[in-house]
Amino acid sequence: MKETLVLNMGPQHPATHGVLRLVLELEGEVILNLEPVIGYLHTGFEKEMETRTYHQNIVFPPRIEYLATFIEEQAYVLAVEKLLGITAPKRAEVIRLILAELSRIASHLVYLGTAAIDLNVTSLLMYCFRDREEILDIFEMVSGQRMMHGYFRIGGLQWDLPQGFAERVQRFLDDFPRRLDEYETLLTDNLIWRKRTEGVAVLSAEDAIRYGCTGPVLRGSGVSYDVRKAFPYGGYADYEFDVPVGSNGDAFDRYRVRMDEMRQSRRIILQALRRLPEGPILVDDRKVALPPRRELVRSMEAVIHQFKLVSEGIHPPAGEVYASVESPRGEKGYYLVSDGSNRPVRVRVRSASFNNLQALPVMLSRGTVADVVVAIASIDIVLGDVDR
Amino acid sequence: MTRPEDVLVQRLGETVLEQVRFRDDLTLIVPREQMLRALEIARSTGFRLLTDLTAVDRHPAQPRFDVIYMLTSVEQHARIRFMVHLAAEQTMPSATSLWPGANWLEREVFDLFGIRFDGHPDLRRILMPDDWEGHPLRKDYPLVEEPVEFKGHTPKVPSQIIPKSKPKPL
Repeated sequence: MKETLVLNMGPQHPATHGVLRLVLELEGEVILNLEPVIGYLHTGFEKEMETRTYHQNIVFPPRIEYLATFIEEQAYVLAVEKLLGITAPKRAEVIRLILAELSRIASHLVYLGTAAIDLNVTSLLMYCFRDREEILDIFEMVSGQRMMHGYFRIGGLQWDLPQGFAERVQRFLDDFPRRLDEYETLLTDNLIWRKRTEGVAVLSAEDAIRYGCTGPVLRGSGVSYDVRKAFPYGGYADYEFDVPVGSNGDAFDRYRVRMDEMRQSRRIILQALRRLPEGPILVDDRKVALPPRRELVRSMEAVIHQFKLVSEGIHPPAGEVYASVESPRGEKGYYLVSDGSNRPVRVRVRSASFNNLQALPVMLSRGTVADVVVAIASIDIVLGDVDR
Repeated sequence: MTRPEDVLVQRLGETVLEQVRFRDDLTLIVPREQMLRALEIARSTGFRLLTDLTAVDRHPAQPRFDVIYMLTSVEQHARIRFMVHLAAEQTMPSATSLWPGANWLEREVFDLFGIRFDGHPDLRRILMPDDWEGHPLRKDYPLVEEPVEFKGHTPKVPSQIIPKSKPKPL
């Protein structure tokens, strides 16, 4: 019998992108067995969300997945809106969409930078974070916060866009393709990068489906499934964009898919900026949204509505809904169960990272230790999202 | 054009106890014993992606648990939800033979709700520590504030600031 070595990687390890522990069984350099051990970041979000009102819960989603914060908020408010049977006004919808796509770019930039630094391309991390910083500045300008915004409301938005928003986004987008091309020349034409990612961490389309993978992991394997196209939400049906797919299902294809997705996101935002309509940013439903401030001094009814909404909250009808969005990591869904009271009975967060991480042992079967780092980076997990 | 959900409902026939349609979501309620067969039929009808597997605790109502399966057809762009009513002491058959991806999802349900899955290859806790007692997402598992060291303050659970209103069933 050959001797094997059990190697513990993590939970604190710079290449695991968070607190993830891997137990590897090795024969020399070759991985015989790999078991991800998770739960180090489990904070009980689902339980917490059961004990608060629908409005209070808006603070949790961006904390679950902290790289694509607006997409998280969008997922949650869309689920509650589906439960209530309402839709946000057109202007709010378009603003949400712009911010969500900016979040996608910001998140993919973090992927790019960290995946590159895992293979010792150190300069790219700084470039990517510089660009991400611009996006976070835009977020701060809109919501007052760089990350945990709490800007989306059930039925709309907290307030309207600040002056100069469109110009600032436009300026960022004008410069962005040039920078993206620059990063691509650093990696796509880089011999080391190609040798370390091509044919590494391969996942077949069949396995990707069997393990419930979504997002760039599934699309990298050649399955064209994007929630924005398959089950259009939040106005995506009106926009022109392509769904990039890979063919080999390796780390390199996932990288290509994400690079192309950033270009598609830019395309969507440009269309959205052009058609950003005027109008209200919050539904005119006093049982859902707070009355405007100016009404409070004149109308007793408005004061009562304000009081009821703040002290009790929204009462959706009894029922169960599932609403999902395409996050940078895949399908992010919220399954809400309501009993007609002001608190949800159950909030289930369907996280893409959880399922994608489960396929890691398949990607790495008979792989080498050095490929572990590449594989983890290529599925782009957020441990907060895995453990919730 | 017939929708994939309708084709599936037709193929399942008698297996479906009840159909619930709410806000365009279709939920099929299936008896526990028929669940695996129903999932297999759904998979062969095109619902190949097990999007989610989770549970709801209806305590103190009976039967206590609902186990929920969400399936997606990636080619035909359709979704379906299965629900099984489960009494507190009952177990579920494991879906790991159909989808290896059900492995972690079932472990999570076991961890947080204490529902056991028969035939699961490795039913251990996944999110909570191995020596944890109780199953946190059960309704009779209390959410409490940690005690503080200083005087003059009684910890208040943040969730008690706005009390829960009375449920209004459909």
